[in-house]
Amino acid sequence: MPTNASAAAHALTDVAASDSTLRRFLHGLPGVDAVGLEGRAASLGTRSIKTTAKAYAIDLAISMVDLTTLEGADTPGKVRALGAKAVHPDPTDRTTPPTAAVCVYPDMVATAKEAVAGSTVKVASVATAFPAGRAPIAVKLADVREAVSAGADEIDMVIDRGAFLAGNYMKVYDEIVAVKEACGAARLKVIFETGELSTYDNIRRASWLGMLGGADFIKTSTGKVAVNATPANTLLMLEAVRDFRAQTGIQVGVKPAGGIRTTKDAVKFLVLVNETAGEDWLDNHWFRFGASSLLNDLLMQRQKLATGRYSGPDYVTVD
Amino acid sequence: MNMENLSSVFAYAPAPESRSIVDIAPSYGLFIDGEFTEAADGKVFKTVSPSTEEVLAEIAQAGEADVDRAVKAARKAFEKWSALPGSERAKYLFRIARIIQERARELAVLETLDNGKPIKETRDADLPLVAAHFFYYAGWADKLDHAGFGADPRPLGVAGQVIPWNFPLLMLAWKIAPALATGNTVVLKPAETTPLSALFFADICRQAGLPKGVVNILPGYGDAGAAVVAHPDVNKVAFTGSTAVGKEIARTVAGTRKKVTLELGGKGANIVFDDAPIDQAVEGIVNGIFFNQGQVCCAGSRLLVQESIQDELLDSLKRRLSTLRLGDPLDKNTDIGAINSEEQLTRITSLVEQGEAEGAERWSPACDIPESGYWFAPTLFTNVTQAHRIARDEIFGPVLSVLTFRTPDEAVAKANNTPYGLSAGIWTEKGSRILAVANKLRAGVVWSNTFNKFDPTSPFGGYKESGFGREGGRHGLEAYLDV
Amino acid sequence: MSDATRLSVFKTYKLYVGGKFPRSESGRVYEVTDSKGKWLANAPLSSRKDARDAVVAARKAFGGWSGATAYNRGQILYRVAEMLEGRREQYVREVADAEGLSKSKAAAQVDAAIDRWVWYAGWTDKIAQVVGGGNPVAGPYFNLSSPEPTGVVAVLAPQESSFLGLVSVLAPVIATGNTAIVVASEKSPLPALSLGEVLATSDLPGGVVNVLSGRTAEIATPLAAHQDVNAIDLAGADDVLAKELEIAAADNLKRVLRPQPVDYAVTPGIDRMTAFLETKTVWHPTGSLGASGSSY
Repeated sequence: MPTNASAAAHALTDVAASDSTLRRFLHGLPGVDAVGLEGRAASLGTRSIKTTAKAYAIDLAISMVDLTTLEGADTPGKVRALGAKAVHPDPTDRTTPPTAAVCVYPDMVATAKEAVAGSTVKVASVATAFPAGRAPIAVKLADVREAVSAGADEIDMVIDRGAFLAGNYMKVYDEIVAVKEACGAARLKVIFETGELSTYDNIRRASWLGMLGGADFIKTSTGKVAVNATPANTLLMLEAVRDFRAQTGIQVGVKPAGGIRTTKDAVKFLVLVNETAGEDWLDNHWFRFGASSLLNDLLMQRQKLATGRYSGPDYVTVD
Repeated sequence: MNMENLSSVFAYAPAPESRSIVDIAPSYGLFIDGEFTEAADGKVFKTVSPSTEEVLAEIAQAGEADVDRAVKAARKAFEKWSALPGSERAKYLFRIARIIQERARELAVLETLDNGKPIKETRDADLPLVAAHFFYYAGWADKLDHAGFGADPRPLGVAGQVIPWNFPLLMLAWKIAPALATGNTVVLKPAETTPLSALFFADICRQAGLPKGVVNILPGYGDAGAAVVAHPDVNKVAFTGSTAVGKEIARTVAGTRKKVTLELGGKGANIVFDDAPIDQAVEGIVNGIFFNQGQVCCAGSRLLVQESIQDELLDSLKRRLSTLRLGDPLDKNTDIGAINSEEQLTRITSLVEQGEAEGAERWSPACDIPESGYWFAPTLFTNVTQAHRIARDEIFGPVLSVLTFRTPDEAVAKANNTPYGLSAGIWTEKGSRILAVANKLRAGVVWSNTFNKFDPTSPFGGYKESGFGREGGRHGLEAYLDV
Repeated sequence: MSDATRLSVFKTYKLYVGGKFPRSESGRVYEVTDSKGKWLANAPLSSRKDARDAVVAARKAFGGWSGATAYNRGQILYRVAEMLEGRREQYVREVADAEGLSKSKAAAQVDAAIDRWVWYAGWTDKIAQVVGGGNPVAGPYFNLSSPEPTGVVAVLAPQESSFLGLVSVLAPVIATGNTAIVVASEKSPLPALSLGEVLATSDLPGGVVNVLSGRTAEIATPLAAHQDVNAIDLAGADDVLAKELEIAAADNLKRVLRPQPVDYAVTPGIDRMTAFLETKTVWHPTGSLGASGSSY
């Protein structure tokens, strides 16, 4: 599906003309019934993915991982190890696909770039005063420019949840537009911190707000709050990107992040993608997992499928 | 696997539930007075798996003499059973509930084999509800004094119960659990296309140590059902099935003292307003008409959509229907299973052809129909008016008729414009509209912003030609008490 | 008997249909006598068409009456009692004549009938609390069962108890919001026809109660078969007629209340109300306050 920015400009061009048009548009989106949404997500969670489908799903999931380290204690050594793991997730099996990206703080971008040089692995950097997003816009934009100039292929920004919850949608929108501009060629992932937006109606509005602002990806969470990616909020965001493409012709990616730790969980998310947005999104250009420990579980399950016996933590690398 | 392979489609590999969990004997008898016996006239019939047309077992076919024998056994058992302290009857029912939970997977597979519905449904809906129903009514058995029917309400005697094939074990539970809790004994006739789970239930009664004659199971055809209804020593008739048969039963019992409850057909309206939570409404519509292949009396078989959102909603609905997976009912990923019988398939096919002939526009998603067995693709009709037969007759299949409305008044008028009155759905985010519309709908169950939800505590039953009496909840006790 | 100087004015007894007092469409009447065979009045001999008109009137009145607040229905039923109290002497005389009772026995019947209106007036806004309620379903749903009136109910009033019996079968039907077509006692229709006059002046909307007199079997047969009648109370039918009517009623699955021995002097239970109530159960998701509380 080709993206076509002019189509958006055409179809929804007036939506962000003013604070009030933006508010009317976002509040005019269909409501979300929480029980129905969660019920649908749970029912898709009962899909049984076995044998060849499982092998396919595991490799696909590995290829979609944004292998992440976002700690105050991050060091160049830690980031290099992460990069090496992203390029060759399973040193014992070179058929294992590399992950989609490594995701680091801006000051680690250069190190990460070196670590993945020569591979398909992208470097993503969180920016805009991650994870709180509480900084002046000038600081946020400087944060983004630094990361981009250090070589980041992708920028994971956080929205200003305070502004969103206060109803200042235009402020959030303007920030996204400004960050998108600062990204240049880098792809922009917009993090909503769905756990802080609290309601599904808010998550749907934030999704559209992000896409209207030019997001290449919409992303659930920072991984730093109590509730991160869930099947229900991800399903809701998948509906949003599906509907946005139907209306504008522009395809936007989705990235659930935080709390996805097992292969079983990852496969459930892939089923959500398959049955909601469809196969056009079953590709690491359009769907990512923001995760760290998930990768090792995927690798253990992959080894199990290959050998027929259960693997253990000693047979995957700890980084 | 390398990256090139990753571009292939995410096709779910077959994930069949193991059939070996259930052991179906080559033949089964009638269950009368605690024993499996042959029919008096030695007749038998075959039950087949609708998804493969494979013969599953040969079943003794009850006739009038067998009905008489079963009623006598039930009458004899009634004396002691009704005299048992409620607390003791409760414990039998609790035992049954627990055994059903223990054997749930076996029964789910059995039900899927005999009925053709997806294992996903028998496993996640039918069986949990069956166990819950027995558990719920078990608790009533020693609390009848407090049920609001006066002190020490008495049972009626022998209950003659005739159940359909769409939820074989669940309908058995809806009938037997309240009957036993209140101290009645039972003669139950399962449908001729789905006798197996009732016969397995007989075995559960044996495991639970239920006294002989309290539950009698008589597989057979309509004539056996008619004999149960007409038997002079039956005190209570409970029937779930077609409205035509329900009317016949009402005529049969006229002038007797038999208490009757009838749970019959429906043509439920699922009303979607322009401010509905659209994605959930689409799920509700799908669940409303494609759950159990639409072979559900309370199915939302008429979609009433506000004209202003018709195109948007239909696009979403069609896209969603394209993701439904039709096929092997034992596959855990199957959404649409087989139609229960050739006869039912013929009825659905004929009504759908009439729909086309009357000028409605037919649409189905692309889907492969298996070569053997009875199948019908999920089907949508647009350009339907109230005058079309497909908008009035119960199709009892995976066929949705789409009609439009302009105002809430018109929606209510169209929804109520049917001799049936079993179920309805309302989709809107406006609370006051839900309450106003729910209030005006002439239907026994109104699902707002949801559909096809069931619970043992929740009374179920229809207005008008959808029958009378309620099953479930405190209300469900009344049908089996002399009040 | 008493005053030979003044000739009394007879009352022309008429039907009560749709709030009006028509003669029978057939133009026919039949002679009503007291228990000793003395002529009392000519009563309208209702035809199938009168029955049909009564159904139309009852259906038309159903929306408004069932949609009225229970409090309002209670007020109106109580008003009926008030109006009857004021005309007590008339009913005592009519009941004494109709049933061959002494003044005091007839008075007891009338008093009990008035009190019965009071009893049902009080029930209108309580029955839903007694037979309805919330159901604790195992899931995130609000679930409420409420009783609703069945619709248009044909009531065959008891043959013997011409007034207390009549009130005892009619009041519970309309208390809950149904509308009624009452077929008066064939032999003693006058108290029923007079009741129409009280109902017409008690704020009861026209059509909520329609009173027909005549041959019970003749009127009841089309009513039992009528596709726009939702229920039938067979109190006034003998066993043979009751069976025929029950068979006819099956055509549209009317709710049927079979004849049974009733002591009308005793305070009734709620059975005559619940016989003509449907239970409607409404579900709605409850959900949680926010998406953040949910996880997998």
